[in-house]
Amino acid sequence: MLEVNLHRNPDKSRNGQKGEFNGRLVHLREVVKTYQSSAGTFTALKGIDLQVESGAFVSIIGKSGSGKSTLINVITGIDRPTSGEVIVDHVHIHALNEERIAIWRGRSIGVIFQFFQLLPTLTAVENILLAMDYGGQYPAAERPERALYLLELVGMADRAHRLPNSLSGGQQQCVAIARALANDPVLLTADEPTGNLDSKSAEMVFHLFENLAQAGKTILMVTHDNELAARAQRTIRLADGRIVDEFTNR
Amino acid sequence: MVERNFHSNTSEARRKAAAWAGEPQPLIDLRNVVKTYNSLAGSVTALQGIALQVYSGEFLVVTGKSGSGKTTLVNMVTGLDRSTSGEIWVAGAPLHRFSTEKAAKLRGKTMGVVFQSFELLPTLTVLQNVMLPMDFARRYLLREQRQRAMQLLEQVDIAEHARKYPTALSGGQQQRLAIARAMANDPAILVADEPTGSLDSATATAVIDLFVDLVRQGRTILLVTHDKDVAKRGSRIVTLSDGEIVSSEAKGGTHA
Repeated sequence: MLEVNLHRNPDKSRNGQKGEFNGRLVHLREVVKTYQSSAGTFTALKGIDLQVESGAFVSIIGKSGSGKSTLINVITGIDRPTSGEVIVDHVHIHALNEERIAIWRGRSIGVIFQFFQLLPTLTAVENILLAMDYGGQYPAAERPERALYLLELVGMADRAHRLPNSLSGGQQQCVAIARALANDPVLLTADEPTGNLDSKSAEMVFHLFENLAQAGKTILMVTHDNELAARAQRTIRLADGRIVDEFTNR
Repeated sequence: MVERNFHSNTSEARRKAAAWAGEPQPLIDLRNVVKTYNSLAGSVTALQGIALQVYSGEFLVVTGKSGSGKTTLVNMVTGLDRSTSGEIWVAGAPLHRFSTEKAAKLRGKTMGVVFQSFELLPTLTVLQNVMLPMDFARRYLLREQRQRAMQLLEQVDIAEHARKYPTALSGGQQQRLAIARAMANDPAILVADEPTGSLDSATATAVIDLFVDLVRQGRTILLVTHDKDVAKRGSRIVTLSDGEIVSSEAKGGTHA
């Protein structure tokens, strides 16, 4: 296996080694999220308190509609809490406007989706370069080399110049993970990353997350698969918009 | 009116002669396009020798059942997949001879593509999603990009949502956003693959109304759909079955 070196500067990395940094990377205080629609109001999150240490691999489980995706979305700033505080890497993201959140997210968070969300008109490597263009964390001259390195890391180097529609679902998700790593984010979030994959591809993708966790990445993953969830260090169970259970695995 | 001779035998020499004589040239010209997929289960021929021309200002709808070859046709025209044989000319350029990279350049210059599931980037705002293709084409200066993106959002009637994220929009609004993004670099052709496939019927009608408006403003559209009500709105309707064109009907008969 490749030596995993994800950081711009491994010596000074904020989360390069577990235990080195004792601060909480993610801190949610009394987070409530209410949606208004013509059918009435719906409260998806009912006062969530959550802390995630740097370097942790946390799985989030719960039935459909329990608030898992909403929880991930308020942490990435894709959704805004109705009340409460969301602090990620010392940034109070609930206080930023949408454009600032987009800039912050591009640099700080790698977001992985169930349906990959690669741009179909760009090749694998171009999808990663795009994320680097937006993140602006690496000088333009270093980007192609890093993009290819990341594809190698996820086992997709030989498919760098292929369009997403010529790749299998599992391969597309590997490319999406490489894209999420593009700007060396402090946090990776994944919403049902194996939900659209057969069991063999799901294992390949999950194993990739395990390797990243071992390399010191902080990972928050929503999954409906309890067996996979149990392989994370810590599992949080949501029901009806509340954290109802929390346990350390192994 | 139904076209009888579906297989064009136009040679390159005839094409050039026609251009020289001032005859209208098709924006998209498919000549005997065959696409065969090989898999462990054997080979499947998705397109069996398609001849099809799309002219400037047309609203061409390709319809047919699931598995008839519609999406394969879109992938050929946009260069997102390669044909097994045959020729694909886009705006006078031989797309079938191009590498993935060169095809991407041609696509970026001439086409906007709209997909069934929108394919927006969820981590960028509505405005940023529209500006994204402009970054690639470098046709507009940075300060023009924002202004142009806002104009496009106004055109598709979602300017008020410019600073939101795509997930905060309804399905119909997300598809309007995808259409605005497709028009980012002012392409000659819009290609849409089942653009109403993820929408309820009222929302679908509104999205098709938008396409009709764009055609009135001079845009050329190639739209693929399985929905007969959507198909009826085209200026010409081509029906695919088992990878072959089985009928071609024009309203007004201009290009039939």
